[in-house]
Amino acid sequence: MRYRSQKVAYLFFATSILLLSLQILYGFIMGFAHVGYDNLHEVVPFNAARATHTNLLVVWLLSGFMGSAYYIIPEEAERELVSVPAAIVQWASLVVVSVTAVIGFHFNWWEGRKFLEIPRPLDYLVVVNVLLFIGNIGLTAWKGRRFTTTGMVLIAGLTSAALLYLPGMITFDSQVYDSYFRWWVVHLWVEGVWELIMGSILSFLLIKLTGVDREVIEKWLYVIVGLTFLSGILGTGHHYYWIGTPGYWKMIGGVFSGLEPLAFLGMALYGVTMSRRGGKRPENRIALAWTVGCGVMSFVGAGFLGFAHTLPQVNIYTHGTLVTAMHGHLAFWGAYAMVVLAMISFAMPELTGRKLYAGWVPEWAFWTSNIGMVGMTGAFAVAGITQVYLERKMGLDFLAVQEAISVHFIGLILAACLFTVGIGLYIWNFIQYGLPKDEAIQPGGSA
Amino acid sequence: MLSKSQARNFFLGFTVLFSGTFLALTVDSIRQVPARSHEDQMTAQVVAGKEIWETNNCMGCHTLLGEGAYYAPELTKVVERRGEGYLKMFLRDPQAMYPGRRKMVQYNFTPEQIDEVIAFLTWIGKIDTNGFPAAPDLAPLAGASTK
Ligand code: HEC
Ligand code: HEM
Ligand code: HEM
Ligand SMILES: [Fe+2]
Repeated sequence: MRYRSQKVAYLFFATSILLLSLQILYGFIMGFAHVGYDNLHEVVPFNAARATHTNLLVVWLLSGFMGSAYYIIPEEAERELVSVPAAIVQWASLVVVSVTAVIGFHFNWWEGRKFLEIPRPLDYLVVVNVLLFIGNIGLTAWKGRRFTTTGMVLIAGLTSAALLYLPGMITFDSQVYDSYFRWWVVHLWVEGVWELIMGSILSFLLIKLTGVDREVIEKWLYVIVGLTFLSGILGTGHHYYWIGTPGYWKMIGGVFSGLEPLAFLGMALYGVTMSRRGGKRPENRIALAWTVGCGVMSFVGAGFLGFAHTLPQVNIYTHGTLVTAMHGHLAFWGAYAMVVLAMISFAMPELTGRKLYAGWVPEWAFWTSNIGMVGMTGAFAVAGITQVYLERKMGLDFLAVQEAISVHFIGLILAACLFTVGIGLYIWNFIQYGLPKDEAIQPGGSA
Repeated sequence: MLSKSQARNFFLGFTVLFSGTFLALTVDSIRQVPARSHEDQMTAQVVAGKEIWETNNCMGCHTLLGEGAYYAPELTKVVERRGEGYLKMFLRDPQAMYPGRRKMVQYNFTPEQIDEVIAFLTWIGKIDTNGFPAAPDLAPLAGASTK
């Protein structure tokens, strides 16, 4: 690290890791419920567990993005953050909002729109929180000594993510409009502006880790995010096939969402080719493994498995089945969880001055969590495809089919255990690093 | 070879072009949805039912129009599938009908609230969904082979 204020990133990273562990706990609650062990039903009914699982996911990813920005922007702008106290206040309010929301879910306090369950009063707090965050990094960049493409794409991604949260706050009497504008948040986040955040973090990491010329890396960053918007904006149409919207969305959504994998193929090639081309073997090899792994796994989870059910001919049968859960897990993992874990793996030695990236713990954390997540995806896939054939294509009763496929949830739980071991090792490594230290600051560090 | 500024123009150009197209299509969709969803039949009772649907996060177990969770039945066509009488009885005490099955929350709805939920689900069932959920296309084959 080059600037003292970068240390504030640690708070966000630690929060990310903590919320990830909680998210996994609620995943297990749902996994067991699917097998029939719904003993917690009276205390944590399935819908409470689900809202907690997915909202914790979103919050820990956002916290990871924010930590990454607080780390990256000073370095890109070549100056200290304008206000560290503001960043700390912003962190504290993020924690307060998410803890309140999660507790509320257990007492039937929510909005009941998938992924946007946070109750309205808390939405306003989220807005204030995000304004504080954007203001802080925006001003830092503005007053900085240089504007870099990496920094600008990151800020553009974060700012548009904030703006796109707003359509999710409009209320409608009609379920159709509710759904229509819910996708402006959910889809335009993960298949739009979050890809700017992901791409720019990857770009930062590749510049630091591979030694390839910044101009080359940033040029391809533009190409990748260009492909994102080329396909992803009209690709929103793949959610407008069956909700009461006009039939032309089948054509438009099918064609453009069919192109979306190109952006993720770009991310995968980006990581693989840049890391080969650089010829520099970074000391922190595990950070590079997470970086390249992120590109590759995002292509598998989002690109390949997304394409598998995005054409309307397929989607009419798979829509709203466990096939979607299969894709949701590997896509979120490969693209967004892995980019945050890559950034943390890169930043921790820089923040603390301790080089704990060699050895078996971080290595096994990487492989075990990835193999576990691939196993979970496989279990969801087998359950989902069977569900599609029995329920949607043969017309059997929903619950009868669920009983027939519940055995695959035992598989899910076993794979999830492996995944959890991997995450446990990652957390152990994170704890071993300890707290950030001023001695770790290297003012003349590489740009 | 592609230069950095060409790459930037590629990004900015397509972003502007497709954002504009998307907004135009949104305007057109909003123009067509009222007829496709029979907005004239969206009574106060229907809206009240939607409110119950949302404040209890029914979507955390069920899917509606194919969106939601994969733990409990798809409800877009539930009124057509089960009939109002069944649903009235079921919603009064969801676990009584088939004890020992996967559980739904007991909400202790009043009869008016049950009517509102059913009105909402009835309205949903009439939306023109471009054919979702599809008729099970392999069912005839399966029937033929077991006969
Ligand atoms: C904890 C999960 C859960 C929640 C929350 C939940 N349900 Fe259910 N629901 C179920 C399950 C499981 C079934 C199937 C039960 C059975 O058939 O024995 C079901 C069945 C139904 C059915 C009958 C479906 C059919 O095909 O027979 C209707 C209607 C229904 N629920 C409406 C609602 C409404 C309205 C809400 C919100 C107020 C709601 N549910 C909330 C789990 C849930
Ligand atoms: C490790 C243990 C985990 C288990 C056992 C688990 C299990 C589950 C289950 C059972 C569901 C609900 C499916 C339904 O509606 O019936 C779910 C939803 C979801 N989980 Fe997990 N999960 C785990 C970890 C994760 C992780 C690490 C991520 C992200 C990287 C994740 C992302 C999601 C998402 C996005 C959904 C919503 C999917 C959708 O709506 O299509 N989960 N999970
Ligand atoms: C990293 C990027 C991605 C993430 C995190 C992601 C995650 C998700 C999640 C969580 C859902 C369920 C949403 C809901 O029901 O509320 C979903 C649905 C869907 N995704 Fe993705 N996705 C990504 C990229 C893609 C891509 C590139 C494609 C297409 C090529 C795609 C195709 C789909 C489709 C068709 C659905 C609707 C499923 C249904 O009908 O039930 N996704 N995605
Ligand atoms: Fe999408």
